[in-house]
Amino acid sequence: MARVAEAVASSESRATDRRDAWWLAPVSVAVGLGVLGLYLFWAAAQNGNFRFENYLSPVYSPEVHPSWWPISPAFLILLPPLFFRTTCYYYRKAYYRAFFWDPPACAVGEPHRNYTGEVKFPFILQNMHRFSFYLAAFWLIFLWYDVFEAFRFASGFGVGLGSLVILASTGTLTLYTLSCHSWRHMVGGKLDCFSCTASARSRHGVWQRVTHLNEHHQLFAWISLFAVTAADVYVRLLAMGVIHDVRLL
Amino acid sequence: MTEAVFHVFRGDAKGGSLQPYKVQVEEGMVVLDAIHRIQAQDAPDLAVRWNCKAAKCGSCSAEVNGKPSLMCKTRLDALPLDQPVVVKPIRSFPVIRDLVTDVQWNYEVNKKIPPFTPKKDAPWRWMQEDIDRVQEFRKCIECFLCQNVCHVIREHGVKSGFAGPRFFVRVASVEMHPMDDLNRTALLKDEMGIGYCNITKCCTEVCPEDIHITDNAIIPLKERVVDDHYDPVRKIFRLLSGKKSS
Ligand code: SF4
Ligand code: SF4
Ligand code: FES
Ligand code: FES
Repeated sequence: MARVAEAVASSESRATDRRDAWWLAPVSVAVGLGVLGLYLFWAAAQNGNFRFENYLSPVYSPEVHPSWWPISPAFLILLPPLFFRTTCYYYRKAYYRAFFWDPPACAVGEPHRNYTGEVKFPFILQNMHRFSFYLAAFWLIFLWYDVFEAFRFASGFGVGLGSLVILASTGTLTLYTLSCHSWRHMVGGKLDCFSCTASARSRHGVWQRVTHLNEHHQLFAWISLFAVTAADVYVRLLAMGVIHDVRLL
Repeated sequence: MTEAVFHVFRGDAKGGSLQPYKVQVEEGMVVLDAIHRIQAQDAPDLAVRWNCKAAKCGSCSAEVNGKPSLMCKTRLDALPLDQPVVVKPIRSFPVIRDLVTDVQWNYEVNKKIPPFTPKKDAPWRWMQEDIDRVQEFRKCIECFLCQNVCHVIREHGVKSGFAGPRFFVRVASVEMHPMDDLNRTALLKDEMGIGYCNITKCCTEVCPEDIHITDNAIIPLKERVVDDHYDPVRKIFRLLSGKKSS
């Protein structure tokens, strides 16, 4: 086993020595968030075709039309969910990597500049995530009301494809909300002793369940975003007369 | 038997370069085996730190093909051997020689953490569910791969005012202990710089002990810091009730 004589040029100047497709994850996230974000922005700007009979698009729920608000009400309605998603611990990871390249992937170089993480404004506001959770949890009341309405046809109870699409949207949003890290902290994570009192013991049970959900938080973040988009697309196409609802029951 | 080429960093604090070595590959070999073979056959002066060869002592951390890993846990059959395997020392700490780095800074950071401080006059008894979380953190083998990959240290060189993921794990192991009586949230916020962590999870990705560093230690600690230092509602409540945060 002879040692080859010549030295190999140092690769210090490269951003990374990684050989795998490390760029695939940040590019996929950037494309995914970019496409869905642009679509939802476009849908919010339309201010029309968001209702078809008993179906209401989640982008416009709750349905309000305040006279003092000059543009599409969706831009008002979407503020709490937007606050929730932008301060979400998972989405923070996703956009810090995909858009800020802080870092783009592990052990990959970053464009150098002053980095202050979440210590200074505006990112210090990420610490307010729990308040967005309260709002998002409250928003679920409206969204579940929409589900109830989506199964209530002029003829009484029924099931259309739209009912299921709206149920999927609210159902996955509920899973996403209940798997939140701040919620996991509130229900029991903050306790040091789970066995010390009766209330701590029951909170431990809830904390365990939330922890199981929390392990899939990233998955719920994505499928709920897809489901909300799909629900808007479906209702919009119905309202535009492009497709017809399929009645299953 | 196949032959693989290894490009191994040789040098010291003043600088160095990658040197090529050929190694006969046998079934079941890990990168550390290859390094030992190079030491035995070609370069007896090649410096490498190792102890257990069982992924338990945390000594053999290096960067294999750019990925921070334990050399004794990285199998050759998991690497593309049609290209040279690049082995470098971990990048965030100063090189002493070849693959050996000076990780002293970590021990200095560790000294700043007030150790486990038991409650006085409390019954010395707890249940398994109280200690499950802490046991995960106690698996840490101090390989410092998480410290090495953390971009706050690696890319931005923030070493004063930032403790790094390994020490958030250590703080979590005492903060969440049912018998511990201290509150370290002010320390986490001000001296350990938990706010510099942007929860991008590279520490979790490289941890050879599969500790869920970000989800189970850092984020819960960030939430505790919010409780005591950022939550305005809790602050008002504390003012009204006359309670202190820490
Ligand atoms: S999650 Fe935080 S501590 Fe872990 S590597 Fe990323 S920035 Fe560093
Ligand atoms: S937390 Fe994991 S990666 Fe970090 S030092 Fe401990 S074992 Fe190594
Ligand atoms: S919603 Fe993602 S952490 Fe709260
Ligand atoms: S030699 Fe002990 S961890 Fe690799």
